[in-house]
Amino acid sequence: MKVVCSVLAVGVLLASTSALARGSETDPNQSEIWNKVHASLFQGARFETNAEQVIVLETPARAEDASVVPIAIRARFAQSPERRIDKVWLIVDGNPSPLAAEFQFTPDSGRADIETRIRIEEYTFVRAVARTGDGKMYMVANYVKASGGCSAPAGKDPAVAKANLGKMRLRVEEKPVAGKPVLAQLMVSHPNDTGLAMDQLTRMYAPPHFVRRVEVRYDGKPVMTADVDFSISENPNFRFYFTPREGGELEASVVDNQELKFSTVMKVDGSRVASAQPERTPQ
Amino acid sequence: MQFARLLHWALRAMVLPGLSCAAAEPPPAALREFAIETPAPGVYVHYGRVQITTPENAGDISNVGFVVGERCVAVIDTGGTYAVGRALRGAIRRVTDKPVCFVINTHVHPDHVFGNRAFVDDRPEFVGHARLTEAMARRGPNYLNALRRDLGAVADGSELVVPTRTVTQTLALDLGGRTLSVRAWPTAHTDQDLTVHDSTSGVLFLGDLVFERHIPVIDGKLRGMLAALGELKKLSAKVAIPGHGRAASWPAVLVSEQRYLERLLAGVKKAIAERRTLAQAVQTVGEEERNEWALFDEFHRRNVTAAYAELEWEE
Repeated sequence: MKVVCSVLAVGVLLASTSALARGSETDPNQSEIWNKVHASLFQGARFETNAEQVIVLETPARAEDASVVPIAIRARFAQSPERRIDKVWLIVDGNPSPLAAEFQFTPDSGRADIETRIRIEEYTFVRAVARTGDGKMYMVANYVKASGGCSAPAGKDPAVAKANLGKMRLRVEEKPVAGKPVLAQLMVSHPNDTGLAMDQLTRMYAPPHFVRRVEVRYDGKPVMTADVDFSISENPNFRFYFTPREGGELEASVVDNQELKFSTVMKVDGSRVASAQPERTPQ
Repeated sequence: MQFARLLHWALRAMVLPGLSCAAAEPPPAALREFAIETPAPGVYVHYGRVQITTPENAGDISNVGFVVGERCVAVIDTGGTYAVGRALRGAIRRVTDKPVCFVINTHVHPDHVFGNRAFVDDRPEFVGHARLTEAMARRGPNYLNALRRDLGAVADGSELVVPTRTVTQTLALDLGGRTLSVRAWPTAHTDQDLTVHDSTSGVLFLGDLVFERHIPVIDGKLRGMLAALGELKKLSAKVAIPGHGRAASWPAVLVSEQRYLERLLAGVKKAIAERRTLAQAVQTVGEEERNEWALFDEFHRRNVTAAYAELEWEE
């Protein structure tokens, strides 16, 4: 019988990580990747048992488009001096870089809610870990099935993404009322590219190019800060809250891993739903 | 993010050359009768099932074809597994002994390229869009991983084979006595779509720029797909072979896809204007098309997602 053999480097990495990451579909604590993350990033910290009273994680059951999977992390209470969430980690066990984002919130955030879009490489647990002002830790996890067939985490048109690099849009989604948390959205045009490792097959190489930090300030004070990487989808998108007073300015600044900086500013106008005027300001 | 990067590199360091061995076993049951139709003299088409890839269909879910010239044979797409590629090669050998000189991939999707491996020993030119190699580099590992996950042993031997000749605009391929015109498209279904026209017979292979019965899939740009349909309409063809579904009269076969894409465009634009989020838009947009297509549940929400991410920047 004729046997066809061939050397294959491509795919071995993913096959091995996914086998580790997949673990059990029912028990998020059985994931080997998570156990490593828990030990190294959280020093084995103990998680409180009533996480669902602190945060909710919304994910689709299936990653319809593996390159753009919408997720939401919602706090169960508004930020207050007595009770608040100061940090949220977003972890995707099955991705090459499981720590997708670290979000920091303040009392001025109003709510420690965040919506964004992520890439999903494989069948995986997606988890949100929250730390409250008293130092207690909470974790929620959802299992997300990867879509089969031609859905891939890669961007759809890398050439166009590169051409539009650094355009930003910032807007307030609701009519701002002084003292009440209001929803805002930041859009950043960026390939957020994982890069390409040289492989034997294609001989193509591209360095990673991704947004690494996002800071949003209202009147100079931080309301949402995110350390992120290429697990966030192309054209990173963040929906978050802040608590306006009368007027004031909302400012967003972004730094990528090549130290390119972009920023935009908008005036918060209490009389109407403010739409952002900004174009990019490369610095 | 220090930790993330360390872990990333640690995992990358685990990459070692692996050995994949595929025995030349009898084809899966799904491929034993690999029916070939002849829409015109010298032009042969195998219609894949309108399904998603499963072990039962062995990845035989897209249309593949070949054109026989006086000198040699050109293959247009190779199916979703090595096994499909071998079945296609067997079908060619039942028709002609002429060598396979070109294997054309209409785009990167796994159901169109994973049979390439079956033709490597024929030493053809592998023809693809100028962006196909990069797309294979970006997506290949994920595709191979998913294929193995979904098909197990049925995926054995399936590999990517990158183009040896690329197309930026158009390319003429001489088969001896007949010439195929290969055309590269701006981003539409993907960012590396090709169509293939045989001027001798008037047969036009559309790749996945056009779907029949199978719901259209957007993995490039919604507006690009609509623009491509507008351009395609201007072409004359006697027979048009879509990437999925049956050949149909030209250009009437475009009408359903155009309606679907236009409804999707209008629905997503409305959702964005009404400040509905992506997660909300996928719940509602385009449901009126549900009964018009096969595989609606498999691809429609994905299309809404792609369209939303594209159109939200237009506001």
